[in-house]
Amino acid sequence: MDFTYDEEQKALREAVRALATKAYGSFETRRQAVSDAPGFDEAQWARLAEMGILGLPFSEDDGGVAAGPVEIGLVCQELGRVLAPEPFLACVVHAGGLVAAAGSPEQRSDLLGRLAGGEIVLAAADTSPGVRWTAGASGVTAAQDGDAWTLTGVRDPVPNGARADHLVVTASLPDGGTGLFVVEGGAATRSDYAVIDGTRAARVELTSTPAVPLGEPGRDLTATIATVSDITRIMGAQQALGVMQAQVASTTDYLKSRKQFGVTLNSFQALTFRAADMYVSLELAHSVTEWATMVIASGTRADIAEAADRVGLQVSRAARHIGQEAIQLHGGIAMTAEYSVGVRSAHLAVLEQWLGGAQHHLTRLSAAVTDHDTVEALS
Amino acid sequence: MQLELSTEDAAFREEMRSFFTTEFPQDIRAAVLEERHLSRDQIVQSQQALNAAGLAVPHWPEEWGGRGWSDLQRHLWHEEMQAAGVPTPLAFNASMIGPVLAQFGTEEQKARFLPATANLDIWWSQGFSEPDAGSDLASLRTTAVRDGDDWIVNGQKAWTTLGQHGDWIFTLVRTDPEVKKQAGISMLLIDMTLPGVEVRPIELIDGSYEVNEVWFDDVRVPGDLLVGELNSGWTIAKFLLGNERVGVAPVGATKRALATLKHNAGALLDDPLTRARVAELENELLALELTALRVVAHSAGGEPHPASSVLKLKGTELQQAVSELALDLAGPGSLASAAGDDSDVPGWARRSAPTYLNLRKASIYGGSNEIQRQIIARTILGL
Repeated sequence: MDFTYDEEQKALREAVRALATKAYGSFETRRQAVSDAPGFDEAQWARLAEMGILGLPFSEDDGGVAAGPVEIGLVCQELGRVLAPEPFLACVVHAGGLVAAAGSPEQRSDLLGRLAGGEIVLAAADTSPGVRWTAGASGVTAAQDGDAWTLTGVRDPVPNGARADHLVVTASLPDGGTGLFVVEGGAATRSDYAVIDGTRAARVELTSTPAVPLGEPGRDLTATIATVSDITRIMGAQQALGVMQAQVASTTDYLKSRKQFGVTLNSFQALTFRAADMYVSLELAHSVTEWATMVIASGTRADIAEAADRVGLQVSRAARHIGQEAIQLHGGIAMTAEYSVGVRSAHLAVLEQWLGGAQHHLTRLSAAVTDHDTVEALS
Repeated sequence: MQLELSTEDAAFREEMRSFFTTEFPQDIRAAVLEERHLSRDQIVQSQQALNAAGLAVPHWPEEWGGRGWSDLQRHLWHEEMQAAGVPTPLAFNASMIGPVLAQFGTEEQKARFLPATANLDIWWSQGFSEPDAGSDLASLRTTAVRDGDDWIVNGQKAWTTLGQHGDWIFTLVRTDPEVKKQAGISMLLIDMTLPGVEVRPIELIDGSYEVNEVWFDDVRVPGDLLVGELNSGWTIAKFLLGNERVGVAPVGATKRALATLKHNAGALLDDPLTRARVAELENELLALELTALRVVAHSAGGEPHPASSVLKLKGTELQQAVSELALDLAGPGSLASAAGDDSDVPGWARRSAPTYLNLRKASIYGGSNEIQRQIIARTILGL
């Protein structure tokens, strides 16, 4: 049992941190990057590709480097720490993860190879209005005519949906179950909008739009889709962890430097105790996040699903607590969009609701409390 | 990063589990698992059974019965013990004065006290807090004044846990009233049968007698019972309170209490709100246990992991939260706390109110949770 990074992982962390900090060490640069579509910096996306980051999760045959969840997690953490708007989580981990899990060898090497090289952006389109966090495909229906497939329905919100060169769409199959399809971005009707944290999402409408099944046509992929979502949830927790670490650091720095009534704010125990409680939330969330990341490497589908629920609950709670307290302890400055702290809290709220909030995970965990005597950290 | 235990550690855990569940006295385990009160004799019998197996003081120096285990192995030992319903060794002996004497004691003191301390032939009490020295321990006023080779001790100690069972008491006394308050304190070992020592048990809000006042009235203590250097008591006290990284949070015992409560709750668990409370507690306990593992796995030989200060704070909050859930599930049955064993109200429900009240102590003792927040704010966050 070991909770530390090895030397290679530390080197990767330093490299990603250097690249991320160079780009977004100044919050104003981030603000500029999200000021217009596509909501991130294409040049930074290319730099991530050059460094090999965009191919990290994929096999060597697919053009990647076959890194494990710990490596992918630390990248998410570092990008979260500076609030990098490039869609590593949405595009590489989620959409790329779906292609890697369901695509044929040819599809994988084509799509993932180009994704790793920074040539294309993929977007996972799996959410429809009024539908909450399900691997099932209500909202979009697939129709088959010989070898040709078309999709009809609306997906919204689709992170980076308007920028994406290809959409990876979940759809209900004619004979039941859920399939995965690749749709050319330009073939869909798309309307782009800004998310509250500055990143972009889109409404994507499909009207008998041509689509190519990922993998064997007509096969039910519900379980595969669910596992990729669970892995994305856990990696989303890693990203949130980076954001929360930055929030706690900013808050303590502020308490030490900001003066009111002639003294620095850390003279007031009412404030330092609240900062201490933020640290408690952070460390507990940190522990569960690293644990869940390791479960991806060693667990079954069911283990990964449970880990996603556990980390989803713990990190959503921590994100609320730390996100709110960071704003409160900074005061008015954190209400401005020109300052990093409030925007970080906005990003935490986005991660939470995009990937499944505390109540969703708690509902699922509550249903299972009589299935075990105790929850064991070590198997 | 790796989640699995090494083959060696997995085998170690199995060895512990096997001993605790099959070789340890079963009647004592049953009492713990049913949350019944343990007598002094049972606590002594329990520790002697552990000591005979080399499992009472594994963290002491090997010369005095220690085992040279890693922090992780000690953690596994501690967790398996709690999970099996084996009482952990008496903290005053095993975690407090034992390590202090091994570190600061004279050879004569070690030989005289350590074997008897490991075996609970001597029951130690802790004489630290006073009526006006709680969280501000350094304000203590009990005095020790030289008289030839002896010390004459006068004063009053408060909150002496299980002092009514004590044979000896390790006591912080003021030996120099002229200097800064931390610099004038020494530690003395005092035989509680000496003339002038008086122990008065205090009834607590749960009806138990767990703490005591201890009075010293011209108690004559031989000079060779000073621990360490004269006026080094504050250093020793900090060592005593701060050297523990394993077992800071009662994870295993709280997990067991929650599992037992689920079992006892029966149809009450059909209520979705109850299930949600259980699920939240289980998740937070997992987070706590994982944090404890992070701490033990990465403090070996060096400084404690910064997250260790989280353990006491969160550990006691969760311990209290489980007791609150038990009270809520017991409902009106909790009023029957003083009814006898022939009551129609099940034992767990009858014990729920006293347990709830008793565990309010957990966020007060061992450095109150406000002190823990102060440590986090100052030491970790630099505030």
